[in-house]
Amino acid sequence: MSAIEARETRLHLTTGAWAWLAVIAALLLFVAASMAGMVDPRSIPYLVIVDPFVQMAQAPDLFVQTIWEGLVSGVLYALIALGFVLIFKASGVFNFAQGIMVVFSALTLVGLHEMGVPAPLALLLAIFVMFVLAVVVERVVLRPLVNQPDIILFMATFGITYFLIGFGELIFGGNPKQMITDQLYLPKGAIDLKILGGFVSLQKIDIAAALIAAVMIALLAFFFQKTRIGRALRAVADSHKAALSVGISLNQIWVIVWFTAGIVALVTGIMWGARSDVSFALSTIALKALPVLILGGFTSVPGAIVGGLIIGIGEKVGEFYWGPLVGGGIESWLAYFIALGFLMFRPQGLFGEKIIERI
Amino acid sequence: MFYREAGQYKTSYAADMAIFPILQDRIGIAVILAIAYVAMPLFGSEFFISTVMIPMLVFSLAAIGLNILTGYTGLISLGTGAFMGVGAYACYKLTTIFPGVNIIVWIVASGFVSAAVGVLFGLPSLRIKGFYLAVATLAAQFFLQWCFVRIPWLYNYNASGAIEVPQRTLFGVPITGANATAEVRYFVLLVIVVVLTWFASNLVHGRAGRSWMAVRDMDIAAELMGIKLLPTKLLAFAVSSFYAGVAGAVMMFLWYGGGEANDAFNINQSFLILFMVIIGGLGSLIGSFFGAAFISMLPTVLKFGLPAIGIPLAGATAEHLTFLTVGTLIIFFLIVEPHGLARLWQIGKQKLRIWPFPY
Repeated sequence: MSAIEARETRLHLTTGAWAWLAVIAALLLFVAASMAGMVDPRSIPYLVIVDPFVQMAQAPDLFVQTIWEGLVSGVLYALIALGFVLIFKASGVFNFAQGIMVVFSALTLVGLHEMGVPAPLALLLAIFVMFVLAVVVERVVLRPLVNQPDIILFMATFGITYFLIGFGELIFGGNPKQMITDQLYLPKGAIDLKILGGFVSLQKIDIAAALIAAVMIALLAFFFQKTRIGRALRAVADSHKAALSVGISLNQIWVIVWFTAGIVALVTGIMWGARSDVSFALSTIALKALPVLILGGFTSVPGAIVGGLIIGIGEKVGEFYWGPLVGGGIESWLAYFIALGFLMFRPQGLFGEKIIERI
Repeated sequence: MFYREAGQYKTSYAADMAIFPILQDRIGIAVILAIAYVAMPLFGSEFFISTVMIPMLVFSLAAIGLNILTGYTGLISLGTGAFMGVGAYACYKLTTIFPGVNIIVWIVASGFVSAAVGVLFGLPSLRIKGFYLAVATLAAQFFLQWCFVRIPWLYNYNASGAIEVPQRTLFGVPITGANATAEVRYFVLLVIVVVLTWFASNLVHGRAGRSWMAVRDMDIAAELMGIKLLPTKLLAFAVSSFYAGVAGAVMMFLWYGGGEANDAFNINQSFLILFMVIIGGLGSLIGSFFGAAFISMLPTVLKFGLPAIGIPLAGATAEHLTFLTVGTLIIFFLIVEPHGLARLWQIGKQKLRIWPFPY
């Protein structure tokens, strides 16, 4: 059986490889022809294949700026995806509410500050609220629904989403709010770098966001690899039953993991809120974390980070250089198509566990 | 006592395969149809028909469509709203290009346009599974929504950028446009819904439905049994998108009477229809009706019901409370009956079968 299978696989790969080689050769031929001046610069193939790269080469500072913008939004996507991956690994729940948790935590922080609570205390209280949320979600939603099909749990997180939207707006009001950047000692303003014959402007808050994200990911890695709870979390991620049999309490683990995701959400919310307003309109942007997830794989933390960066940079570059060809606004769907493209070759995402199906 | 199939012998294959093999079911369905066709237009007020019955019927159609894909074939889709939009725009384009042809023909034809688009976006389903596919269908949602806004040809270059429903008549009576009365629109809609439900019922009980269910339960096993996966899954996508497309067309033409795509066919609409399918019951046609009735009536009931029992509501608070309540109810229903309202209906029938005896 294996011999036949191997031969077929090789045959299959070769056909695919031939097709790709042909496509690449055709592209190279086209580029060579354009360089020789044989292609009309206003023709559509030229505008799609060659012109964007010419623009990139002509204004490298603009290109660097675009990449930077993409990188920063990519970091934020990656953070949302990270909170999601934590929950998916530990409890197998496709947590749609992660995007809302980002907004809800930021709203709690800002709302409490508006009510007159000093900023450090508001931060602590917001963390406490995320803890309460984790406990409540585990008690009220996860525990009664244990062993239900995935789609039911997915739907339940929809319920949590709606609940959090209604609850947050009821208590803190539905108006967009300003993030309390000064009180949290977050930097403001921009740094202008002079490189490649032009200026690249970096917002300080963006640099801070990238640094904080890096620190947080390092902390999470440490927490997962070196602590007792982290080991328990990895055990649960590997197998619920085996973890239960060696005396790990699933319920506790779920609370911990939802709480961790809540803290990640809070950090993301602060960063994101500092870049724009804090309101539930942000939650639609949070949907962007979904293509990041499928690109990186639902179960992989590095996947979430790499996926976030690919999607962030890809959509910004795509929007800036290819968007004008079709009238702009392609940012809303480009991320999904990038992810879909990757998925066609790796159905479990870049870093996801290989899906093995048995009868 | 009253609901018992004892003594009802089937003497032919046709009788055994009937959709309603039990006499009481046939009586029940006749009564429901009589109420829907006769009593409702006669006794229902204009307000009741246009705010309760018409939305319910439109959503039932969309929910049946999604149920065929998600409930019967096990492919989760988050792009229903967009496929409804395809139907609405196709119907609009067709009836403005060929105004002489009856609108009913175009409503059905727009379903086929939507089916074609659905097949296109269903192609990845062979390789991508589960939640990965759900996120991949979001690509359809956002891409199509972008098309609705950015391609002016679709809305005939209207200044408003929205569908403006023209007046069309059937047997000399206006059924779309400003002059059509709620009763007439309801009646046309009811006929479409009943015919399509009957068709769906035959489909899911026949060969196609059986292969869908086999694929849902385990696609590799189904493939080993000789079911071709690609045609089966694509057929499910096609039929599902057909229903969604017709639902979108009737939504625009018989209910909204014109409107903008970003309001009517956005991502929230897709989620809402997924709620209906899951709350109603996955893999159940009657569940689609229950779910549609429940979700579409809930805001109305909350809006008029809460003040009636003495809870005064201001505009914004009412909206927040609606979100809160919908979220809570979703979680509540999932915990109490994860198999949806259709299961409650089954349990009720079983109870009725042995009543008044304990067993």
